[in-house]
Amino acid sequence: MTLKGLISASERTSWLLVSPLVLILAFFLVLPILTIVVVSFWNYNEFTFFPDFIFDNYAYLLTSQVTLSTYLKTLKFMVLTWIFCTAIGFTVAYFLAFHVRSLGAQVALFLLCTIPFWTSNIIRMISWIPFLGRNGLANSALISMGVIDEPLEWLLFSDFAVVLAFVHLYVLFMVVPVFNTMMRIDKSLIEAARDAGANGFQILTNVVIPLSKPGIMIGSIFIVTLVMGDFITVRFMSGGQSASVGRVISNEIALLQYPSAAASAVVLLCTVLLMIAVMLRFVDIRKEL
Amino acid sequence: MRTREPRPGSFYALALFFALFVLFLYGPIITIAILSFQGPQGGLTFPMNGVSLHWFVDLFEKQAVGDIWGAFRRSFALGLMVMAVTVVLSVMGGLAFRRRFIGSGALFYLIIASLIIPSILISLGVGLIFDILDWEVHWTTSGFGAQLTWTLPFGLLIMFAVFNRFNKAYEEAARDLGASPWQTVRFVVLPIIAPSLIGVALFGFTLSYDEFARTLLTSGSYNTLPLEIFGMTTNVTSPVLYALGTLTTVFSFLIITSFIALAVILRRRRAKLGSDAGKGMV
Repeated sequence: MTLKGLISASERTSWLLVSPLVLILAFFLVLPILTIVVVSFWNYNEFTFFPDFIFDNYAYLLTSQVTLSTYLKTLKFMVLTWIFCTAIGFTVAYFLAFHVRSLGAQVALFLLCTIPFWTSNIIRMISWIPFLGRNGLANSALISMGVIDEPLEWLLFSDFAVVLAFVHLYVLFMVVPVFNTMMRIDKSLIEAARDAGANGFQILTNVVIPLSKPGIMIGSIFIVTLVMGDFITVRFMSGGQSASVGRVISNEIALLQYPSAAASAVVLLCTVLLMIAVMLRFVDIRKEL
Repeated sequence: MRTREPRPGSFYALALFFALFVLFLYGPIITIAILSFQGPQGGLTFPMNGVSLHWFVDLFEKQAVGDIWGAFRRSFALGLMVMAVTVVLSVMGGLAFRRRFIGSGALFYLIIASLIIPSILISLGVGLIFDILDWEVHWTTSGFGAQLTWTLPFGLLIMFAVFNRFNKAYEEAARDLGASPWQTVRFVVLPIIAPSLIGVALFGFTLSYDEFARTLLTSGSYNTLPLEIFGMTTNVTSPVLYALGTLTTVFSFLIITSFIALAVILRRRRAKLGSDAGKGMV
């Protein structure tokens, strides 16, 4: 029997339809990752990098004290960003889904929240300068209210600024999936809870939050990967003072130490995949579309 | 007329929270929009030192800033390229994924992986491949492909959601009336999903136009606009940076609103033509 006979016509049509997609992902996603893994075992000198099979890049990386502190710092950014994004994102989505009554208003307000997502992240970071700077709006306002006498130095170019910018940039990644899940909650469940005597808070904790969990998980996956791999927000908002895993990689790239950048990238990838694997246990993405 | 329950007290607290959230989202960008009209002596923060168009004029003089107009042209062209490919491949993928096929599960996870892989890995990996193969990185080749790994998952996930809610009765009706598979897609499926395609196009263009991390090592010697702007942040300390930021954000807003308007018009027209397909969300 020929291959053609084994595979049905619809099967062939499907494959034909996805073949350009598969080719693009193969060359620009799978092959790059494989290349990084291979190059992480290569050697390098001041001028170039070349094929080899050494474990020095990993040995250096995994025994260095700097690696540990960088990971701890990045994890700190991630946890703080996640807490704020989840709290804010959930509240906003809850308001939109359960307190705004007309579908038109819901769509309009939802779009109002998502529009910044389609503008430049770099500009959105820059736009914090006049607000947080030494002579910025925040300091002037606090001084004129008499809360502080001296301008606060830690507003801009600090860990505070990094987390603030992360929340500003990425909170939409939480709002959108949580709103999407909440819109599918059957409103009669809430009425049933109310008829059974639950108060607003009990409805929230016993009905809405459990049913919103898949959305929260999807949002969390976005936030974890975006923050773990970030190098530009940390560099810009900390004024170059804070380290993060992504920044280490980008510095190694800048120094043309590709094999050691590749080793760092492999470790980062494993860390991120591990975290996602844990989170995916709580949600089936295919069901959520 | 619907009877309205009185608003619970929590509504007002949440509405206030939402208003503050919107202020948080838009406040900073409004601030730099105001500051971009600083007088010629003005600085990066308030107070305003007069009001002028000085910094916008500066943008048009080549010496003051780098090659921002070249960068803008490249970003615009790249955005259109990425948009076109994203729309076409997302529709094809969406059609294919309506049925399970050998490898569909693996491909689905590959698409998700493309979305959640840290961008710097794509940048580094594609850069390495081109380096090893001794090819020259260029925004139209390596940059183009690297950006597609970011826009395609969004486009595909939107199409998956659209086809999940798609009423197959329309296609069956077309088939019963003797339409070929291609005619069914062309005259029945595509018109029904057209407003969603606007959404996919919006994602394709804007995510490409603003993309930074995946383009960093893959754009070659000619910068795209976000790379050019980031370069400016390290050496430009005048409100010209704000003027550029304001201008490109206004451009983004124009693109977004025209796409949304187009989607609304298409939806209205479709409603008028009497079909109730896809009356749900999305």
